[in-house]
Order: sequence, then C-alpha cells, then structure tokens
Amino acid sequence: MSAPVLSLRAVAKSYGAARALDGVDVELHRHEVLAVIGDSGAGKSTLVGVMSGNQRPDAGEIAVDDRPVTLASPAVARSHGIASVFQDLALAPNLDVVENLFLGAELTRGRLLDEVSMEKQAWELLGQLAVRVPSVRVPVGALSAAQRQGVAIARSLLGDPKVIVLDEPTASLGIRQTAEFLTLVERLRSRGLGVVVTSHSLVDVHAVADRIMVLRLGRVNGEFDASVATQEELLAAVTGVESPGNGAVRGGGAR
Amino acid sequence: MIAAFSGTWHRVRSGELGVLPVVGLLALVWLVFQAINPAFLSSDNLVNLTQQSAATGVIALGVVVLLHVGQLDLSIGAVSGLAAAITAVTSVQWGWSQGVSVLVALGVGLAVGLVYGMVHTRLGVPGFVFTLAGLLLVTGLQLRVLGPTGSINLPFETPLVYLSQRAFLAPAASWTLVALIAAGYVAARLVERSRRLRVDLPAESLGALAARCAVLVALLVGGVAYLGTNRGVGVAFAVFVALVAAVDFALRRTRWGRSVRAVGGDADAARKAGVPVRRVFVSAFVVSSTMAALGGVLATGRLAAANQGTGEVELVLTAIAAAVIGGTSLFGGRGSAWSALLGVLVVQSVSTGVLLAGGDYSMRLVVTGLVFTVAIWLDAVARRARRG
Repeated sequence: MSAPVLSLRAVAKSYGAARALDGVDVELHRHEVLAVIGDSGAGKSTLVGVMSGNQRPDAGEIAVDDRPVTLASPAVARSHGIASVFQDLALAPNLDVVENLFLGAELTRGRLLDEVSMEKQAWELLGQLAVRVPSVRVPVGALSAAQRQGVAIARSLLGDPKVIVLDEPTASLGIRQTAEFLTLVERLRSRGLGVVVTSHSLVDVHAVADRIMVLRLGRVNGEFDASVATQEELLAAVTGVESPGNGAVRGGGAR
Repeated sequence: MIAAFSGTWHRVRSGELGVLPVVGLLALVWLVFQAINPAFLSSDNLVNLTQQSAATGVIALGVVVLLHVGQLDLSIGAVSGLAAAITAVTSVQWGWSQGVSVLVALGVGLAVGLVYGMVHTRLGVPGFVFTLAGLLLVTGLQLRVLGPTGSINLPFETPLVYLSQRAFLAPAASWTLVALIAAGYVAARLVERSRRLRVDLPAESLGALAARCAVLVALLVGGVAYLGTNRGVGVAFAVFVALVAAVDFALRRTRWGRSVRAVGGDADAARKAGVPVRRVFVSAFVVSSTMAALGGVLATGRLAAANQGTGEVELVLTAIAAAVIGGTSLFGGRGSAWSALLGVLVVQSVSTGVLLAGGDYSMRLVVTGLVFTVAIWLDAVARRARRG
C-alpha cells in the first residue's frame, strides 16, 4: 500500500490530570474511510481536534505525505490539506451561504471581494454535492440542520484538501438525511480523499467505513476491517469487555 | 443612502429588518415635530441639524464598527474629550500648526484603541468592563492636558473652526459631487449586473436597477437642492457622510469587513474557518477609538473651544443610542454603517425638535431614552425571530 496521506505517531494530550489521549497511532490512506468510535470521554473529540489543528498535542508526531508538520491552528491544517467539519459546524449564523463557504479564503478582484465568482462557485459546489438550499444568499442561521451540514462539508472541500475530518456528522441528522450523508462520504472517497469520521452510531459507521478504530480511555483498543467486524466485537472493544464471545455482550450488541 | 437598501427585502424576509424601521422612524419624528412647530423642517433648521450631527455621527460610526464584533467602548466620550484637549492645547498654547495637532490627537485615539484591543484579546474581558477603567484614566489625562483653567478657546479664524462651522460646499461643488456619485453608482451597478449575466447568475432587472438609481438620485438632488435654499451642505457633514460611505464599502466589499461580521456572528466559528480573530478585534477597537478622537476634534471646531465638559457621559450614550436606533445590533454581527447617519439624525431631530416644541433638557433626555428603548426592544425581537 502507498504511504499514508496522514499519520499520527504516539500522540498524547492531557487536560490537567485527565489523560485524553495516551500514545495513539493513526494511519490514513487515500481512498479510505476511517471511522473512530468509542464511548463518551474515550478521546474521540480530542483526536479529531488534534487532526484538525484545533487542539495542540502534548507529545507525538504528525506527518502529511511523510512530511512532519505542526498543526498549530485549523488554518494551518487546511494549508497542509486537512479540512475539518466540526461537530458545531463552525458556521457564522449571520453570514449567508456564500459568505460562509469562502470565509477566511475569500476570492478577490483587485483588493475587493469578488462576489460574482464566489456565488458562481458556490452553486457549482453545492450542486456537485447535491446539497439543496433555497438560495445561496440566505443567512445560514435560517437553514435546516441538514442544509447547514451540507454547507459545512462543501466548505471543507474548497481548496482541494487531501483529508477530510468529520466530527460526529450524523448526530443532528434524521434517517433520510443520514442516508444521504453516507452516500456523500462514499462520493468523497471515490474522489480519492482520505476521510476520518467519528460517530456514536455503530450502524452508520459500519455502513460507510473501510476501517474502524476503537478508542477507549484515550488508548487504541482495537482496529477492525469494517467488512468482517461484527457489532459484538466492536461493542466489546468499545466497552472494554474482554471476551467477544461473552453472552452478555452479545445480548447488549443486538441493541 | 440607497446602498443601505440593497438586499433589504431579503433581510426583511429572513427576520432581519435592515434600515427600513429607522427610515420610517425618522419620517415619523420629522412629521410629528413639523406638526408641532412649522419651523422644524425649514431649510435653516435642517442645515443646523446636519452640522450638529457630524461630530456625534462620526463617534457613532465608530460604535457601529465595534458593535459589529459584539463589543462596546464606554470611554469614547473621554477619548473624544482628550483629543479635543490635545488639539486645543497644542495648537493654541504650544503654537503647533493645527494640522499637526489634529494628527497627533487622532494618533492618541488610535493608540488607545490598540491598547484596548490588546487587553481584550489577551485577557478576554468584555469591552464595556475594561473601557470603564479606560474612561477614568482618559478623563484624568484630559483634565491634566487642559490644565488649571479647564477650558481653552480656539481663535475664530483658525482652519478647524472655519471648516466645522462656516465652510459650506459651493453649489457648483455640491452638484458636481451629486453627478459623480450618481454616475459612479449607476456604472458600478451595471458592471455588476453584466458580470452576473455573463456567468448565468440571476441578476437584477433593468427596471429594478433604474428604480433603485432613481431613488438615490432623488434623495441626493432633493437634499442638496433643499439645503441649498439656505447655506447648503456643510463641509463637516459632507466629511461625515463620506466616512459613512467609506466604512459601508469596507464592511461589505473587503475581506476585513467580512471578517468583522463573521467574528461578531460567532468568533469561535470564524477562528476555525481561518479568520485572524485577534487582529479583527484589535482593528475594530482601533477604528472605534480613532473615530471617537475625530469626533472630538470636530466638536472642538464647532464649539471653538475645548473644556472639561467636552465628551461628557451624555455624548457616549447619545452615540451608542444613535448606532442602535439606526439598526445596528447590540448582539454583534448585524448592522450597517448607514445606521450611524440615520440614527444620529433621529437623535439630533429629537433634541432640536423637543426644544422647538418648547420642551427643556429633561424632556429631551426622556424622549431620547424612550426612542432608545424601542430600538433595543426591536433589536431583541428581531434576534429572537432569527433564532426561530
């Protein structure tokens, strides 16, 4: 297999006495969807924060295409080709769709904003992703949760990133919107991107991931090939119950 | 003034009312006071009104920018007072040329803004808290600069007094300006329209474009013609309107303006999107303080004096009230530079209107306070509507 597009080695992060991440290794390749699952407090958000440049690790190395990098901020991570869709989506509610899509990376003509080009590209981008909005000039605060998320994902695709990090993307979506979202992730993979997804939902993760990494108490507690892993195995790794064959676990795993 | 109308219908539908309410309010205020005293809408009174608006309006314009990032500076009155004192002392007592005095005063305002911006971004304290400390500090400096007499008069014949009291645009100059603004506006609209059509984006119909331009031209021509039956358009007022137009342009058409609005809407989201949030906060505090200093300089010119009362607390409240009455939100991220112009016209109209109607200072404060209250109520209601 080719070199990983993103790799983390022995990454650690503590908040005071609490160890959120403790020696975590991650490798992500192009054309791959990696799911990160785990219980609340397992370190998913911290791991995603480190990848997106939103949190600085205390220790460990991060490399993009085998080149060591320091992800000092989300803007720096973006410049290295890592784009993120945060759980809170990080959209300004008072700005319209076009303004949010190009926020921090506006197109200019001379020294002034080029609204015409931005609006044109916004329509094209939303069309490619099949994100439907009533108008690209409505404030984002007036959109539905699914539309807002579509806008956030579309924004992450601007500037041709190599990696997209999605933090709990299905948390605020209904059933049909979740299905549409999973299709969208497959489309990203077929474009050649590496995708990292965190989720609470084992079902959603199973539907879309190639590989599943389980975090427990800040450590990697197992990595699974999504095509063969069973719900029971995943659940056992998430909860830390040793034997996957344990009847109690199977009972819980059947939801 | 027309630029403020662009996209208003859009904002009305999404629960954001834009400048329409304040335009209606201004019309109402004018009709009521005209009914009480027919001298109110006389060209003489309106010329006075515009000239009185300039100093407070410039300060309100700074408030508008700072409110866009969701912050308030309560020391703007003190900063304007300090700037007035510096201008008067250096030019009258130290014999500096007035141009240099004014530049130094503006520089001091800028420096105060830099310090505020630093305090806000390093300590994360809300502006209205630490600017209270600034208010005391700056007021102390103002009194020290003014010295034991506490009041300094500017000679009547100095450029600053002339420019802010007696300088009016010659009719030829006014009409040339009107023609240039109208032509520039129409040209910019047509260029934008053809660019949109070229890439198949929906564009304004020619009819709507013509109507929009006609309203602008009617307002400009009507205003200049009516003021022209008296002394005309004052230079101080023209400078104020030009500043409003420049800030409006910067807020809507530059990356800086986009960043300012994003930070006011959600500073954390802006940071994650790659906006240099700290620099944006500092720039907003700097604009606010510098505008306050410029307002103080204009006030000195108009009064031909700087004294301990220049920039008193009432001025702060009037400037903040003008910005909010004009439709800029107290909650950050929403507003328009034009709200400084419209808001200050409302506040000044109420002031002179109450006096012309035979009311006194107390009456004037009560009425202004009531209008301010209504503006805050509207702002809060609009915010709730947006949250759905």
